[in-house]
Amino acid sequence: MVFLTLAGLVSMLPLVYLVCTAFKPPEELFIYPPRFFVRHPTLDNFKMLSQITANSLVPFSRYLFNTVLITVGYLFCLVWVNTMACYPLSKHEFPGKKMLFNIVTFSLMFIASAAGIPLYLIITHLGLDNTYLVFIIPGLANSTALFLMKQFMDQVPNEIFEAGKIDGASEWQLYRRIALPLLKNAQATIVILCFGGIWNESGTSTTYIYKEQLRSLGFFMSTIGGGIARQGVAGVTALIMTFPSIIIFVIQQSRVMDTMAHSGIK
Amino acid sequence: MSKKNSSEKTKNAQQPKKRFFNVEKRFGYTMHEMWTHKMSYALVAPFFIMFITFSLLPLLASLALSFCYWNILEDPVFTGWTNYKYLFVDDSLFLKAFSNTLYYAIIVGPVSYITSYFFAWFINQVPGKVRPIYTLAFYAPSLTSAIAMAVVWGVMFSNDSNGYLNSLLLKLNIISEPVQWTQNVKLIMPVGIVVALWSSLGTGFLSFVAGFTNVDKELYDAAAVDGVTSRFQRLLYVDIPQTMPQLLFAAILQITGSLSVGGTLAGHPTPEDAGLTVMLHLSDYSGTRFEVGYASAIAVVLSLLIFGIGRAAFKILGDKG
Repeated sequence: MVFLTLAGLVSMLPLVYLVCTAFKPPEELFIYPPRFFVRHPTLDNFKMLSQITANSLVPFSRYLFNTVLITVGYLFCLVWVNTMACYPLSKHEFPGKKMLFNIVTFSLMFIASAAGIPLYLIITHLGLDNTYLVFIIPGLANSTALFLMKQFMDQVPNEIFEAGKIDGASEWQLYRRIALPLLKNAQATIVILCFGGIWNESGTSTTYIYKEQLRSLGFFMSTIGGGIARQGVAGVTALIMTFPSIIIFVIQQSRVMDTMAHSGIK
Repeated sequence: MSKKNSSEKTKNAQQPKKRFFNVEKRFGYTMHEMWTHKMSYALVAPFFIMFITFSLLPLLASLALSFCYWNILEDPVFTGWTNYKYLFVDDSLFLKAFSNTLYYAIIVGPVSYITSYFFAWFINQVPGKVRPIYTLAFYAPSLTSAIAMAVVWGVMFSNDSNGYLNSLLLKLNIISEPVQWTQNVKLIMPVGIVVALWSSLGTGFLSFVAGFTNVDKELYDAAAVDGVTSRFQRLLYVDIPQTMPQLLFAAILQITGSLSVGGTLAGHPTPEDAGLTVMLHLSDYSGTRFEVGYASAIAVVLSLLIFGIGRAAFKILGDKG
């Protein structure tokens, strides 16, 4: 346990550094020899960031709004599409089911970015570029998420669904009333896994969006960074981009534990 | 509904005996079977429509384009195996990128896979209440954004004497002048590997942690009766066989992730292409030079390599689970 604690601290060290950098005054950032911890924490870097954002093309709040909107929209649709697909793949017997799941398993080995140009052509032909949808739709068929969901669903006993059928529930009701609540753990898991990717999204903004007011926070932050004079500001932006992921993880993780304790079907 | 199904099934079993190869009837049967499951198809449809459009189709298009010359502006021209010939025979940069990628993958893949498993195993031994804290401590690095990575590691491995590592080594008199961490040809990949390892406890690690909590505790007692007493023996005879599905899943993710590595800390391009990976080489051709056919050939070769190793992982880890 001592070993585990030490290793955990080492693992967290760069994050601690990140927090320290964000609160360091300029004279401490460029001190020699460099210091790890902050002596006189200030909010100067935050003020500097707000000055920079005041001069941006589009108000900072617009970038933030965009990112919140696409993150919520994406995660909601992701959970919806994947829970819906995993229920029949796990609990129904229909022709082609095995093949479909094998394709999903196989596609865990796809490299998404390897086929960038064909994907670009498909997306532009569908007219998704320059809309919020381009952030959401192409990433919804996430085979990792479906794979996890389906494995989780396999552990749910079939009897629950048979009982539901006897009570006269339709397939939709079985999905909505029984499968969905039972999949809470798995939902939390895929939200954790996919949150960081969409929250930090900047590549899609560069490739598919030409209207500045539709671009994401991740894109805006990536344009600020760099330059020795802005090291402290870079620390602040890094902090802003990283911490929501960690907070979501903490919240969802406790929810996972909680639902596991109360589920009582295993 | 299930009764109807079973009667359908027996009918199906009898059919080939009565009339060998009655295509029309068999097709009719399949159509009927599919119709009775229309709700199943409706539920999986959104996923698979998007899967085909945004994952499968681009991949198949790449496969087709890898046999063509295409610069996006003109129509693709079929050129047969030319791209592949050039790739393996004439493109010395590809070989460089390939060996760099293998070097990276051979270290990062197994090391992070094994550390993920062991840390998950250790976490499973601590009391349940503090488990989430440890899980967070190890998982958090992989949650950090690319921007955050650059901030932290850029300062750590800064090339001047102000960098943390350099100033520390100077102070301890181990080195006399600052080390060019991200410029020295010999150090670019190792530095990249260190950074990657720090943030490599990702999805696989989480799946291990969850997998261990699913291991039936009664199995430990049963194993104890059979003479399995030490923690290490338990790991070997109970934990590893019980977490086989997670081991396979994480292995697949690890193989794909480490072989499709893009840029390292040193950025791109690097001196003497010491940090060039296959994915960077690919994006040079597709994004910068617009030689999509050639880029596709690179993608196909890399994908085949991943499928090959992935298949081996399925063979080794798949059946026992």
